[in-house]
Amino acid sequence: MALPLGLHIALQHLLHRRRQTLVSLLGVSLGVAFFIAIASMMQGFQRDFIARIIDIQPHVIVKDDFREPPRQPVEQVYEGGAVDLRGLKPREETRGIRGARNMLAALDEEPGIHVAPTLSGNILLRFGGKDVSANVTGLVPEQQRKVTHLEKDLIAGTSLDALYTTANGIIIGDGVAKRGGIRMDDLISVVSPVGVVLKMKVVGIFSSGVTLVDNFETYVLLKKAQILQNRANVINRVNVRLDDVEQAAPLAARIERQFGYRAEPWQEQSRNVLGIFVIQNVIMYSTVSAILIVACFGIFNVISTVVFEKTRDIGILKSMGFRDADIRRIFVMEGLMVGILGTLIGWSLGYGIVEFMGTLKFDMEGFVKAQGFILYRTPRHYAISGAMAIVSATLAAWVPARRASRLNPVDIVRGAG
Amino acid sequence: MTELIARQVTRELPGPVPVTLVRGIDLEVHPGEFVAITGPSGSGKSSLLYLLGLLDRPTAGTIVMDGLDTTTLTADQAADLRLARLGFVFQFHFLLPEFSAQTNVEIPMRKLGRLDDRAARRRAQELLDMLGLADHRGKRPDQLSGGQRQRVAIARALANDPPVLLADEPTGNLDSHSAQVVFELFRDLAHDQGRSVVAVTHDVQLAALADRRVTLVDGSIVTT
Repeated sequence: MALPLGLHIALQHLLHRRRQTLVSLLGVSLGVAFFIAIASMMQGFQRDFIARIIDIQPHVIVKDDFREPPRQPVEQVYEGGAVDLRGLKPREETRGIRGARNMLAALDEEPGIHVAPTLSGNILLRFGGKDVSANVTGLVPEQQRKVTHLEKDLIAGTSLDALYTTANGIIIGDGVAKRGGIRMDDLISVVSPVGVVLKMKVVGIFSSGVTLVDNFETYVLLKKAQILQNRANVINRVNVRLDDVEQAAPLAARIERQFGYRAEPWQEQSRNVLGIFVIQNVIMYSTVSAILIVACFGIFNVISTVVFEKTRDIGILKSMGFRDADIRRIFVMEGLMVGILGTLIGWSLGYGIVEFMGTLKFDMEGFVKAQGFILYRTPRHYAISGAMAIVSATLAAWVPARRASRLNPVDIVRGAG
Repeated sequence: MTELIARQVTRELPGPVPVTLVRGIDLEVHPGEFVAITGPSGSGKSSLLYLLGLLDRPTAGTIVMDGLDTTTLTADQAADLRLARLGFVFQFHFLLPEFSAQTNVEIPMRKLGRLDDRAARRRAQELLDMLGLADHRGKRPDQLSGGQRQRVAIARALANDPPVLLADEPTGNLDSHSAQVVFELFRDLAHDQGRSVVAVTHDVQLAALADRRVTLVDGSIVTT
């Protein structure tokens, strides 16, 4: 069966300018392939990071802190008035969440919400004449299990219950262990800012894959943390885990409204990194768009040249009875063909690059630790890159195609003699 | 068959100094008639032909084809009419260089869609055979001589069996023998097949082969 006439003519035009067509095809293919490879790499890393922080961190942390500093009574009474207070000495508040038990009970009653109380603070780990600063979190193992997957990340030790079975047990991140030269079952001195010193035994080492967590976090029983901080019966964090992670932000807002304390959803806890991801994505899309724009200039160039070369042909086609739209369609089809073929080649190339990157193994330590590239493979990358390439190729062809369709056959046949 | 009538046709190019290409042309071409338009260079011969062929629009007057006032047609309607009822032959052959002689002749038929692919192929073969190009059907334009190319262009103009054939200096690039053959062919197409044929030429001897000769000077008909 013969090709449709317009397609047949368009194809012949492209085949006639083989070298230029190949260069344009290459441009589109590379744009598509790089988009797939870069998107797979970056989104792989981003998704992995988010998955890990969702996995290891509570989805909402309620802190013994307020988003807005408390207002003075006079400011509340004369709201909007010309009140200017200076030299105020803030009241020394006892830190910790007041009414934590009520908060825990209220949240625990709600379906799909799991809560655990903790007390966090700074400590110094002293071992072999070396001091390592770290954060300590006091926890209740059976409750903590419901809000983080800490137990799953243990690379030495088997259970959080070791904190119960060993007097003064401590679980440390593998980064902390590395920095202090500490190993499993070592006895270390833990010094708190209030001067309490406890000899503690390492009963577990975890590796979450998130560098910041592994390098600074340690865990002890809640009671031990309260002793270290000299804050008996105090908790300063309520950790919340949700069955539906997307509900973290609305729940945090609700907790703030209801209890007044600052409640940070996981997005806010990792805001800095997530902000970097946005910038990364902007850079990625800009880079790939730039590649495609350059490729489109190639297409524009090819089709403009074809239009220029085929001016006589356009004249005769029009005199023969081709409508303006028929002429326009022929040249747009040329851009479309380059776009479609370039996309198909780019898809294959992109797939190849991604699979090749998947075979590379090396140790990487940034926000997260990994052995090789973390890749995310999704048909969406193929769909987006294909759509971008085809739309831009068609647009690049549209301008010369429009010019071709507007050529006056009389001018052409007069000038051709 | 088709009758082509120009009534008081004027074509003026706008501009700071307007240029009149043709002025007040009255012309009737009947079915089966071969009309030659002659005149000196710049007299408006080609302009008149483009107006008759609906490639251009008159600024005044009307062109009627089979009772239809073509000046009222949209650009697309005019294109459709050209495709179905008009055939053009130009001084330059204007064959599409990427395609064979056979495909060049098939293109108008494929565009019109009146014949299926197989029938279009057969008709293209018949036309090329009729014009003595049976052995050159598969050749591309750059593999043909000037006369052969022009004959392929004539075959293409006849592809959709148009009742009106318009030729603009079709022999300008041909030797005298080939030119004679082409004009005799036009005469036969008019007389034997009942087509209306209008050919522009500055060659008086060739014009003598036509049934009627129309002479233009400065955009107006001086003799008919």
